[in-house]
Amino acid sequence: MQFVNLAEAEKINPLIPHTAELVVGFIAFSLLFIVLRSKVVPMFEKAFTERTNAIQGGMERAEQAQLEAQRALVQYNEQLSKAREEAQTLREEARVQGSAIIEELRTKAQEEAARITATAHASIEAERQQAITSLRGEVGALAVELASKIVGEALDDQARQSRVVDRFLDDLEKSK
Amino acid sequence: MRSLVRFSAEGEGFVPPSSNDFNLPPVFGNNIYTTKPILMVFFSVIVISVFFIAASRKAAIVPSKLQFAGESIYAFVRNDLARDVIGHEFMKFVPYLFTLFTFILTNNIFGIVPLLQFPAMSRVSFPYVLAVFTFVIFHYVGIRKQGLGKYVKDIMFMPGVPKAVYILLTPIELATFFLVRPLTLSLRLFANMFAGHLLLLVFIMGGDHLLKGVIGLKLVSPFAFAFGIGLTFFEFMVQCLQAYIFTLLTALYIAGALADEH
Repeated sequence: MQFVNLAEAEKINPLIPHTAELVVGFIAFSLLFIVLRSKVVPMFEKAFTERTNAIQGGMERAEQAQLEAQRALVQYNEQLSKAREEAQTLREEARVQGSAIIEELRTKAQEEAARITATAHASIEAERQQAITSLRGEVGALAVELASKIVGEALDDQARQSRVVDRFLDDLEKSK
Repeated sequence: MRSLVRFSAEGEGFVPPSSNDFNLPPVFGNNIYTTKPILMVFFSVIVISVFFIAASRKAAIVPSKLQFAGESIYAFVRNDLARDVIGHEFMKFVPYLFTLFTFILTNNIFGIVPLLQFPAMSRVSFPYVLAVFTFVIFHYVGIRKQGLGKYVKDIMFMPGVPKAVYILLTPIELATFFLVRPLTLSLRLFANMFAGHLLLLVFIMGGDHLLKGVIGLKLVSPFAFAFGIGLTFFEFMVQCLQAYIFTLLTALYIAGALADEH
């Protein structure tokens, strides 16, 4: 029927809706709405949710890893400083022990030396005394025997005898 | 039939395109359900459905190019229109706003797609239908949220206003909510598409007519065509903008109805 109107070049008010178009508009739009709501929107929402989860999960994992790394670093540093301290203590101990050992050895050696020296002194002294004593006796007897042989007289007088010996010994010493 | 008019007009000189150019005859016989705009609206439904179903079918975490393209449009409507305007209850309205935006945008852009080249929204019936949908939805949402009495009362008697002002304000508010909003919503879209298409017709048919004239007019003709091409780009901007505005206003009306105070 539009035909006729057009052919007659009548102006048609463009604001007047057409029934067919109203019906089609309603149906087409509703159809599109149903399709998009049931098929498209849930899928996009699903993708969005999954993506959000994936990103959040990834970030959480990264955070966790970073925390663990930090914890490991702290632990490592602690262990390192502990080891250093221990080494320091050991060195100190070794030094102390070393000097103590040296000191002890030195003392021991000195003691030993002193002991040896003392023993030597004592034995020398003893031998000297012994020698003096034995010498004195022997020399006396020898001298007396010699004198009596030479003089030919018995020296029965004790006083005289010892005087004679002493004189002899003095002479002997002087002649030395 | 339009071409018939045009041929007959040629003998008498240039007939500028008029609103009659928007009344296209049925493609198949006399069936009024087979006019070009009607077929294009159905075609747009198929195009949008196929595109978005293909784009969203896999719903992969790492999207393909197709999925990314579909998601970008969906995310634009969902986040920038629905979420930012409506607030925490926005998810319920995303399917409607998404349908609205893609439906208007696709049909608008058909206005500059070669061979199709007719914006269905320049047929006022389609914007009317969409405006009625929006009208029903935002009032329904408001009534369900606040109850019929409180909803109507809040519209008629805006809280925090001196009583005397109601004499002036109540009719304005009633008109705004029940007449102006749906009318402006549909007419804005319709008029933009109608005027844009008319403008393109003027320059391109004018250029065509000039080409058939004397030599001087032939030389002017390329300028008319060039202007027509320039306007096509401009039209593209307007088409996107109008789809955005229609959807944005719908979201705003819904947000207003959901809010406790208007």
